Amino acid sequence: MGLRGEAAILGYFELPPERKLAREKTFNLEQWARLSKAALDDAGLAATEVNGIVTPLIGEADMFVPSTITEYLGINANFAEIVDLGGAGSAAAVWRAAAAVELGLCDAVLVTFPGTHDVPTDARRPFVMDDKMYFGASSNAYGSPQAEFEIPYGNLGQNGPYGQIAKRYGYEFGYDERAMAKIAVDQRTNACATPDAIFHGKPITVEDVLASPMVADPLHMLEIVMPCQGGAAIVIGNAELAAKSKNRPVWIKGFGERVPYKTPTYAKDLMHSPMIHAADQAFTMAGIERSEVDMVSIYDCYSITVLMSLEDAGFTEKGKGMQFVSEHDLTFRGDFPMNTAGGQLSFGQAGIAGGMHHVIDGVRQIMGRAGEAQVADCNRAFVTGNGGIMSEQTALILEGE
Amino acid sequence: MPVPTPLTKPFWDALAEHRIRIQFSPSLGEYIFYPRPLAPGTLADDLEWREISGAGTLYTYTISTRPVAPHFANEGTLVLAVVQWDEGPKFSTELVNVAHDQIQVGMRVKPVFCDYPEAGITMLRYEPEI
Repeated sequence: MGLRGEAAILGYFELPPERKLAREKTFNLEQWARLSKAALDDAGLAATEVNGIVTPLIGEADMFVPSTITEYLGINANFAEIVDLGGAGSAAAVWRAAAAVELGLCDAVLVTFPGTHDVPTDARRPFVMDDKMYFGASSNAYGSPQAEFEIPYGNLGQNGPYGQIAKRYGYEFGYDERAMAKIAVDQRTNACATPDAIFHGKPITVEDVLASPMVADPLHMLEIVMPCQGGAAIVIGNAELAAKSKNRPVWIKGFGERVPYKTPTYAKDLMHSPMIHAADQAFTMAGIERSEVDMVSIYDCYSITVLMSLEDAGFTEKGKGMQFVSEHDLTFRGDFPMNTAGGQLSFGQAGIAGGMHHVIDGVRQIMGRAGEAQVADCNRAFVTGNGGIMSEQTALILEGE
Repeated sequence: MPVPTPLTKPFWDALAEHRIRIQFSPSLGEYIFYPRPLAPGTLADDLEWREISGAGTLYTYTISTRPVAPHFANEGTLVLAVVQWDEGPKFSTELVNVAHDQIQVGMRVKPVFCDYPEAGITMLRYEPEI
């Protein structure tokens, strides 16, 4: 079952995140075009070779999004897909694109995630705060379970629910806040070796993390991503295009995905995340062991997401994650390189493009283009995506040959 | 304020009487929450409304010091909680009438019915059983 590993990531582009937009304001559609062009240039491929796209939701269309994009870019797509899996969307888009290539539907597929939501406005078309802005990922539409059973009790957004997950973790397995802080500290070390990272040049200590404000008990501010403006794109192609590409091809060898619920209240077992299934499937498909990956890029909206993903992906036992992160050096020069460009915590979370950061982290390492943060002899990466409140999870195995 | 739907009305009608009524699937042998037309998992068409005591344990919580949305700006600090009913399902709620340093995951909790006559709604919050 699964991919044969015959589709590869051939080029990428990731904008350096900006807290407040300094670049010119453009719409998501314009970003889609420019990010895509940059990824194609990076691969050394022509736009005319593209016959597939995968996109997240965009600001300028609520429906008919894929055809709006193919028209805008002038792509005759045999495969035009939208993924609505939040932070899992990028990893989810990668395997969908790889599948389209392996099925022979496409030669090259653009996976582009615009991540700049500060878009142009006009006096006649002003920015309007609506329910979507206030309630984020929770739907306040009449008939929505969230509108009826979650939002009225303030159970919305991300901080509260992730705080609840961390609290329950502590109850079941114990809690070491210094270990949790170390996740953020090691990633910051990686960001300090990554010039494009938003926190480049700003090292932190465990004490800094623990002294930062408590946002959602037990999670501190420095354990939580900072929203930024950015965006990213990759191009995925078949073996023929891989042979023409400028870069070392990064083959998509395995994936897994599970989407069992929306709100963590309704998880059958909140302490065993969908990553268990996603990672098992990815490793089985790729036919490799956990010990055979050279780096991991773990979706890190919160420190607790990283901790539980490491456990549930099988890098350590359930309940031993805090000990694991304490005993291993998670930096690019360490014995367990993780989120080597800083992760979203220290590179910056460019909205929906945040998940793409982890895909590109793995790709950059395998292509050998991580500069100062390069992991020596890096050939295999394990990448995760996480959407909602640990409710939509995807795993990928990437490999250079 | 929540707005009941034709499907969920029996739950809200019960709350108005300070009772708790949720669905049970005999074929599944389980209570379920929130209300649905068919049992989750099996899609069995045998859901029936049953009254439960509402007693449960605190599954998890977080103390939220920042407003989760502008609508909550005047609410101050909230204890966002998940309660697991003795019958099994979990319920998103708020914990009230408790000092923050007294909150323990796993503690027994009991219902607090909060009537909002102007909205025609009763909300279900929780407090320690003591």
